[in-house]
Amino acid sequence: MSASQGRVIAGITLRATLGRKRALLFGITPLVLIGVTVALQLAHPEHANWPAAILGLFGFTVVLPLTALLIGTSVLGAEIDDGSIIHLLATPVRRPLVIAAKYAVAAVLTMIFAGLPELLAGLVAVPPRQATGLFVGVLAGSLMYNAVFLMISVLTTRAIAFGLLYALIWEGLLGNLVPGARLLSVGQYSLGIANSIAHQPGLTAALALPTAVGMGVAVTAITLVIAARRLASFTIKGEPA
Amino acid sequence: MTFIELAHVSRWYGNVVAVNDISMSIGPGVTGLLGPNGAGKSTLLHLIAGFLPPSRGELTVGGAASWHRPGVYRTVGLVPERDSVYAFLTGEAFVTATARLHKLPDPVAAARRAIEIVEMADAQDRRISTYSKGMRQRIKVAAALVHDPPVLLLDEPFNGMDPRQRLHMMELLHRLGEQGRTILFSSHILEEVERLSGTIQVIVAGRLAASGDFRAIRRLMTSRPHVFVVRTSDDRRLGASLLGRPAVTGVEVTGRGLQVRTSDYGAFTRELVPMARREGIRLTELLPADESLESVFAYLVES
Repeated sequence: MSASQGRVIAGITLRATLGRKRALLFGITPLVLIGVTVALQLAHPEHANWPAAILGLFGFTVVLPLTALLIGTSVLGAEIDDGSIIHLLATPVRRPLVIAAKYAVAAVLTMIFAGLPELLAGLVAVPPRQATGLFVGVLAGSLMYNAVFLMISVLTTRAIAFGLLYALIWEGLLGNLVPGARLLSVGQYSLGIANSIAHQPGLTAALALPTAVGMGVAVTAITLVIAARRLASFTIKGEPA
Repeated sequence: MTFIELAHVSRWYGNVVAVNDISMSIGPGVTGLLGPNGAGKSTLLHLIAGFLPPSRGELTVGGAASWHRPGVYRTVGLVPERDSVYAFLTGEAFVTATARLHKLPDPVAAARRAIEIVEMADAQDRRISTYSKGMRQRIKVAAALVHDPPVLLLDEPFNGMDPRQRLHMMELLHRLGEQGRTILFSSHILEEVERLSGTIQVIVAGRLAASGDFRAIRRLMTSRPHVFVVRTSDDRRLGASLLGRPAVTGVEVTGRGLQVRTSDYGAFTRELVPMARREGIRLTELLPADESLESVFAYLVES
């Protein structure tokens, strides 16, 4: 691994990701989160029910996965779509390093765009300990979701569609109806980690901390390895005569 | 010494064969990979460049397979066809970044040298998004050359270029070839390579149709029969005079004008206008009737 190669890839990725029109979308759901929290805090300052719904449910099943989806499929997927990735891959750079650099950029951007708003909204609405728990949960979620979405973007050119299917259908719907699906839900790992600090029953965290962390680390590692292996077999679609 | 070796290489997608049992050796100098669109040229270049595994056959670049071996890019520079570059970077930043990815000891100096080779020093501090098509191609060549590779692969480098840019690129490739590099480029326009000497490999429908010295194949190209449609103020009278010329092998009067067959493209186009002027006939239209690429390549395959 070479730090200087990684820095070059990360730098180009950061500029490319923030330079696309899609970057304007990164801030929308976080702004809604902060706006709704502030509005509710002004209207119902003493209510104990809504923070769990907004910061927990909306924050963890909408803001975090959507932000991670937009960013995680952008850092590599957009370059695969427009073909500029070839300039990166036509060099002797080791493919796992490409994945590592792209992943780092995606995770940090998601922490900034989804994590900081969650922390701010938390500080507005709930005691600092709970806010910290929610923040840590989103940080962990940024690490896990981006690994999954990065892998999806190497596997398919319809990364956004498949990512949405995973986040909405699998996690959102099945995760609520079928208890077993929660064991394979990055959102539930994040909630479990958040709840281990926040101790907030309203979060409806289904998994205990050891399970959440263990599964989260495993999912992250496996999806990143798959992404690197697939990138090593990257092919240019030719002209099938 | 050959750098690129293909032995019975085939590549198919499902049951569509894109490259069919091609064997060739390519050594230093400029080699053109010619063929109509969809003939399999890009597939072949991608196979050589390590961005596609052969379905069958052996393919080596610098003595080793290129698929699954990023190390091959120490020997190979690739100029892809698609125009997508990191357009927000300046030309200099793009080439320097590529030099860093190659872990060159002095990336800035290597970038400067490569940019000088393609004569882009004047524009190197502008963003690539402001470049013309020809400038983009040249900065892509600079990035591909930054690590001084013995092999340079270019996919349709003349596409979308105006004639002046084209000439410039041909001179550049020629110069690189004379330095002893192995230059392989693809093109679907035969006339584009007029000024390039060296060898050409003609690919038609996934197969190697002709291969060898450029001049010999070019002679075949220029001596092929050409058909023109000429419309004039007096078709029959011009037709009669045309039949007297040795370069003309046939004349037919049709409803859309005179259809003229000639075995000598140059002589016919030189002689037509003075002859019409002598006869007092006004030319209103002159159209080449069989200039479709497929007909040209089909002729090459037959001969």
